[in-house]
Amino acid sequence: MRSSARVEARAAYGFVGPSVVLLGLFVFVPLAWALLISLQRTDGFGSGTFVGLDNYTRLLGDDRFWRSAGNTVLFTALVTPLSMLGGLGAALLLDSALPARPVFRSLLILPMAVSGVATALIGLLFFDENTGVLDSVLSSLHLPEASWQSGSVPAFASVVLVTLWWRVGFNMLIYLTALQGVDPLLHESAMLDGASWWQRLRHVTVPALRPATFFLLVVNVIFSFQVFDVVFVLTGGGPRDATSVLVTYAYDQGFAQRDQGYGAALGMVLLVVTLAFTGVQWRLGRGRDADQ
Amino acid sequence: MRLAVVVRTLAATLVGLVIVFPLYWMVVVALSSRRDLLAGRVGVVPDALTLENFRRVLDSFPVTTWFGNSVAIALSTAVLTVVTNLLAGYAFAHLRFRGSSTLFVLLLGTLVLPVQVIMVALFRLVTELHLYGTYWAVILPTSASALGVFLSRQYFVGIPRDLLDAARLDGAGEWRTFTRVVLPLAKPLVAVLFFMSLLSSWNDFAWPLIALKDNDLFTLPIGLLYLQGQYGPDYTATMAFALINVAPMLAVFLVFQRFFVRGFVTSGLR
Repeated sequence: MRSSARVEARAAYGFVGPSVVLLGLFVFVPLAWALLISLQRTDGFGSGTFVGLDNYTRLLGDDRFWRSAGNTVLFTALVTPLSMLGGLGAALLLDSALPARPVFRSLLILPMAVSGVATALIGLLFFDENTGVLDSVLSSLHLPEASWQSGSVPAFASVVLVTLWWRVGFNMLIYLTALQGVDPLLHESAMLDGASWWQRLRHVTVPALRPATFFLLVVNVIFSFQVFDVVFVLTGGGPRDATSVLVTYAYDQGFAQRDQGYGAALGMVLLVVTLAFTGVQWRLGRGRDADQ
Repeated sequence: MRLAVVVRTLAATLVGLVIVFPLYWMVVVALSSRRDLLAGRVGVVPDALTLENFRRVLDSFPVTTWFGNSVAIALSTAVLTVVTNLLAGYAFAHLRFRGSSTLFVLLLGTLVLPVQVIMVALFRLVTELHLYGTYWAVILPTSASALGVFLSRQYFVGIPRDLLDAARLDGAGEWRTFTRVVLPLAKPLVAVLFFMSLLSSWNDFAWPLIALKDNDLFTLPIGLLYLQGQYGPDYTATMAFALINVAPMLAVFLVFQRFFVRGFVTSGLR
């Protein structure tokens, strides 16, 4: 018996080995290294000099850092609820009696297959101030054209809109999957009790979707903290840092300015914020489940 | 009742149009001449289509090489990811070994780690390993996927233990049990993991941008940005190339989306 347990364990180490090696080498080693680099002043050539927490204290007085952090938070606060509500609305629509449902579902999840760069370039095509489609639509409706590329607020709005187009389908797919797991008997008994559509949505559907909502909230926030492709290609962080986010700023410092210690410190800040948020969400999510 | 269905159909059509129009417009612009676009002669229903942009892009840039790079990198990444994920997922689901739960929690922890946090250090590591500027610099780090391990474990937990014990009683070793009994039951899982990994590798941008230096080794998204840098707002050429980047995955997506959607259900991602 003991030897068979040992044989099983040895086989198990063989099975998990490749994954553990890959994740260890390309995730855990760089993570420890990133912490080390964030304590150095280094341009990546030769060995850096140890500067303690200098990179972190420098963050405190760096306007571009605060601007990028603020933009990241604003972006997350806009995109997460909007894409989740949009996804829920679309999922409810596609879960009801509707002709050609599979076709609509396929259409709505299509953007999931499009690369971030292509998405951003299509965005450029739409938001171009000279030849863009959106401005001609606005002017044909006798509305003022927006300066999507040179104005701070319109540029930020363009990043949000492109991201929503890209992400609503994913949220819809998860909600649709969850809706199909809701017990129809719950709805039937609620209808027998005379509950309206809105009451059933509020008291039957939404509570049943709570695990999906929890999952999507965590995933959407993490995705939003890490937004890169769309910003980098669509606006490059501009105009005048109006759309700069933590990741584009970290990329700029680490690779364009080659101030790698500072870039690594920016990354560590992003990690701490992500961990803090996920931890809080986890406790809240678990707490609610325990209540039920 | 019928009125409700009409209203819902209209609403769904409107949403569908908003989603599809940008893709449709990409195709129209890619097939229009640059002069027509600048003169505002390109409408929703185009009347003069041309393949000129594709010719122009293919003549001026190594597009076929970039396409080949994307295929090679995405396929290798997907194969490596699926194989390592399946093996680890099975061990975590059905084999007993010391440190199993600690290791699993550690792996799960990497799910919330943004890649961008470690990009500077990962760049240094890849340089130290003399991988910088090679296919491997992209393939190996992107194959390290904790999500795939997690999904595989969830799926394999659903396979009854009795079935595995029966195979073992017949004298099959762990490897034989895995390949002969477990794998044949895991086809939907394999399809989903393979497709998810292929898609994310094909569309990946930030890491290949850092890890590749030579023009000849670019993947399509990097080439797309490079081309845009050269051509500026020449949208007809850019959209022609964007279409070359997007079309293969759109096709795969449309063909395999049934598996993909079902995979979300079966792997407990809800």
